[in-house]
Amino acid sequence: MTDDPYEILGVPRDASQSEISKTYRKLAKKLHPDLNPGNPEAEERFKKVSGAYQLLKDPEQRERFDRGEIDASGAEKHQHKFYREYADAGDTGRYHSTAGFQDFEDVSDIFVDLFGQGRGPRANMRTRGPNVHYRMEVDFLEAVNGAKRRITMPDAKSIDLTIPAGTRADSVLRLKGKGRPGHGDGPAGDALIEIAVKPHHLFRREGDNIVIDLPITLDEAVLGGKVEVPTVSGRVNLTIPAGANSGRVMRLKGKGVKPVGRPAGDQLVKLTIAMPSEIDPELQAFIQTWRESHAYDPRTNIKSAS
Amino acid sequence: MSLSEKQVVALIEELTVKHLRVWVQEGWIEPRIADEGPVYDEIDVARLRFVCQLKHEMNVNDDALPVILDLVDQLYGLRRTLRMVGHAIENQPQSTRDLIAKAIRESSGP
Repeated sequence: MTDDPYEILGVPRDASQSEISKTYRKLAKKLHPDLNPGNPEAEERFKKVSGAYQLLKDPEQRERFDRGEIDASGAEKHQHKFYREYADAGDTGRYHSTAGFQDFEDVSDIFVDLFGQGRGPRANMRTRGPNVHYRMEVDFLEAVNGAKRRITMPDAKSIDLTIPAGTRADSVLRLKGKGRPGHGDGPAGDALIEIAVKPHHLFRREGDNIVIDLPITLDEAVLGGKVEVPTVSGRVNLTIPAGANSGRVMRLKGKGVKPVGRPAGDQLVKLTIAMPSEIDPELQAFIQTWRESHAYDPRTNIKSAS
Repeated sequence: MSLSEKQVVALIEELTVKHLRVWVQEGWIEPRIADEGPVYDEIDVARLRFVCQLKHEMNVNDDALPVILDLVDQLYGLRRTLRMVGHAIENQPQSTRDLIAKAIRESSGP
């Protein structure tokens, strides 16, 4: 394939600047990768065409190229990522709309059932002002316990936003009348704020229950004991029963999420036995003796299954 | 990447604060809101570049821009759905995939 920018654009060497721009514009509309997401050939051609145009659009640079002072490889390469690479990347493509199949009634609403009602078309002919969409990140504990945030909207107005206790990830808070103004006498639209919840380094959320992994020592596992456990509402004491095994789940009733209008969840504490970082000779000697008289097999189920 | 309004305008050569605010108002760009104001991440920057190219390089006027963005959003929505359907079919046993293939051939006419 040719490197000559005139040939790439398909214009004569004596084309006027406006002719070059016009030709480029035409090709860009046809070939732009964001308008041709399924066509890698268009992307290749677009890169060449836009490189050629970068070189020829500036009359001074074009003259230098014509005189042979610079070659075509001096053309600026396309260095930014195309929008397509984000829009096409699954979950990050948050601008996508499901308006393209919302009327597929003849396939028994299967698409709407499966893929939900995404955002509809943006154009809005009604007199009510359109809604505006935002996303906001909140900390795990803010979503669990509730919080008040003062946020600045893109139009520089401040709004006091209450995040109710028990707010789930991806839930949408609606601020009535905080969207775009209506047409004529129509009321303003709403601001819809999608809440993204940052993960916590200790707590996980399962519905309204909070799950935490709690390492316990070998002696606590054998003898039982009281240990301190963090919960979303402060530390509490938990009694480990003697003989507690790894994987055992202890339930702290009512210590989970306390959502508005729903019963409180529990905190589930998953025990993991943590060996000491170093096995000292005393422990080793004891276990050696112990093994001789107390052999047991925790794998009988696994053996009989195979 | 999390850029303020100021940073995003500095990053994208053709972009002015005035245009950016209008586009956010119009809902073409949807930044995240934080305590300190709107925040733009990678996808917003790439979309802003795309809108700038449509406007400046392809001479698309402001009346046509939302039409194009709407169609583009629908296109990517449909691509995403189609890909999910494709993955779901791919993960079925061969016999199920054969049934689906047969049904598609039948519904696409003679």
